[in-house]
Amino acid sequence: MTEYGVTRAEFCVVACADVWRDAGEVMASPFGTIPALGARLAKLTFAPDLVLTDGEAALMVGAPPIGTPPAELVREAAMTYRSVFDVVWSGRRHIMMMASQIDRTGNQNISAIGPHDRPKVQLVGVRGAPGNSVNHPTSYWVPDHNARSFVEQVDVVSGVGYARAAAAGAGATRFHDIRRVVSNLGVFDFETPDRTMRLRSRHPGVSVDDVAAATGFTLTVPADAAETRLPTPVELDIIRVVLDPGSLRDREVRN
Amino acid sequence: MADKRTTVDDIVGELRSGMTIGIGGWGSRRKPMAVVRSICRSDLTDLTIVAYGGPDIGLLCATGKVRKVVCGFVTLDSIALDPHWRAARQHGRVEVMEVDEGMFFLGLQAASWRVPFLPTRAGLGSDVLSINPDLRLVRSPYGAGSPYVGDPADTDVELVAMPALRLDAAIVHTNRADAAGNGQVLSPDPFFDTLFLGAAEHRFITTERIVADGTLADEGHPLSTVPIHRMLTDGVAETPGGAHFTANPPDYGRDEAFQKEYAAAAADPAEWEAFAGRYVLVGEDEYQARVKERQAL
Repeated sequence: MTEYGVTRAEFCVVACADVWRDAGEVMASPFGTIPALGARLAKLTFAPDLVLTDGEAALMVGAPPIGTPPAELVREAAMTYRSVFDVVWSGRRHIMMMASQIDRTGNQNISAIGPHDRPKVQLVGVRGAPGNSVNHPTSYWVPDHNARSFVEQVDVVSGVGYARAAAAGAGATRFHDIRRVVSNLGVFDFETPDRTMRLRSRHPGVSVDDVAAATGFTLTVPADAAETRLPTPVELDIIRVVLDPGSLRDREVRN
Repeated sequence: MADKRTTVDDIVGELRSGMTIGIGGWGSRRKPMAVVRSICRSDLTDLTIVAYGGPDIGLLCATGKVRKVVCGFVTLDSIALDPHWRAARQHGRVEVMEVDEGMFFLGLQAASWRVPFLPTRAGLGSDVLSINPDLRLVRSPYGAGSPYVGDPADTDVELVAMPALRLDAAIVHTNRADAAGNGQVLSPDPFFDTLFLGAAEHRFITTERIVADGTLADEGHPLSTVPIHRMLTDGVAETPGGAHFTANPPDYGRDEAFQKEYAAAAADPAEWEAFAGRYVLVGEDEYQARVKERQAL
C-alpha cells in the first residue's frame, strides 16, 4: 500500500490505460481483467474516442463496469468476427494480448510449451497473434512475471518481435509496433538501440533487483528507472467505484 | 425448388474416411454437435478437421477420428483450453496445421473463390511459417515503374501466400433454415459459415427448425439474418438441440455444467468411458433425452 492505499492491481490498471493514451479512434482489444479495466479507464478519461467491443459481435457505447450483463450494454455498430479482420488489417487497432512466454526481442508465445510437433504443454494456439503483431500496435499483459514467462527465447513465436520482424523484411516491419509489456512487477518497452526489452518503470514496492531476478534474460535497466505513476484521485474513483466495485482486479494481481 | 431435407445420420453417411471436413461455428459457439456426435459413433477414421476449434475438435480427437487438425486455436471459451485436445497433442496422437486465424479465413475465402492462394502480412516473421514448412511467400508483381504501386514501401513486398483450404465436406448449424437450403442465424455473428460451405464439395446445414420456403424473414427478422443462400447447400437436417452443449442463442445458451463435465472427463480413461457411454456413443434422440433429464434435476 502507498499513498491513497493504491494497490498493485490499480497500478497495473493505470499502466495498461496509458498504453492507449493518444491512440485516437481505434479499436482497443484488451485481454484479461486488468487490461479491460485499463481500456475502459482510458476511454472514460484521456482517450474518449477509443472503440470497445462487447466481447461478441458489436461495438459498445461508453465504458460500462466490468461484468455488466450483456442485456444492459448499449451497442453502436456491428462488429462480426469476419469484420474484425478488416479492422486488424487496416491498422485501426491496438491490442493488448496475454503471453504465456515473452522474450527479449518481444516475441510472444500462446501456442505450445516445448517442441511444437509434440508439445510438453499445449496452449490455446497462435490465434490472431501473428497477424496482429505485423499489422497494428500490439502490447502484452503478463500478470505473473517470472523466469518462466519472461524467457530468453519463446518456444513458438506467435506474436512477432523486433528481430524476427526485421529478418522477415518490409512486409513484416511496415506496420510492426510492439509498444509495451505490462506485468505485475513493472512496465517494459523496446525503446533501445537494438529493440530489446527495457524496464520503463517498476511498480512501487518492486525493486530493480526484484525485476531482474524474475526475468529470464538480461533486461536493459536505465539508471533513472522510474516508478510507475500513481493513479490520479479521479482515476482511482473510476476504478474503484465505477468500473470494478467488486474488485475483480485483485483476483488477477494480488497486493 | 428442390427439397434438400435429410437427416444427421444421412449427412454422416455421405462422409468417407480420410476426408477433409470443415466444421462451422467458433470455439464453443453454434457448432453442429449432432453431426459431430454422429461422426463419433460412426466407423469413420483418419479425418482432417478444419475449424475455428471448440469441443468439436476435442470430441473427435477423444474418439480417435482425427488424423490432422487445421486451426488457429482450440478453446471452450468459458474454459480456456480443451483438455481432450491437449491430451491428443501432448501424446502426439494428432497432426496439426496451426495458422493465424486470419490466414485461416483467407484459406477458406481462397477456396470459396477458386483461387490457389490469397496474400497477407499475417504469418510473416512468426513460427507459423516454420511449423508449416510447405507454406510459401509471394512477391508483389507491382514493382518500381508499375502504375499500380500505391505506396513505395510495398514495392516488391513479400507476403504470405495463404493456400486455399479446400474441403471435401462442410457442416454448419443454424437457428432456422428452409427445405431449399437457405440458412438463418439469429445470433449476431454468422462467423465464417458461408465460407466453410463455399470452400466445400459436399455442403450441409443442420438447424433447430425447418420452416416453410420463403418464410425465414416472416417473424420480424431482417433478411440480413439469412446469410446462407441455397446455392451454398446440398442438404439440410432439422435437429433440435443440435448445437448442444455449445452456445446457440437465442435458442439456448452454452450448457456450462455439461461442458464442465465434458472437460473433467478427460482426467482419466474410466471417467471418459463413463461420459462417452452416457453421452457420446448413444443415438441423438437418446442424447437429447439424457440432456433433458439432467436439466430437470
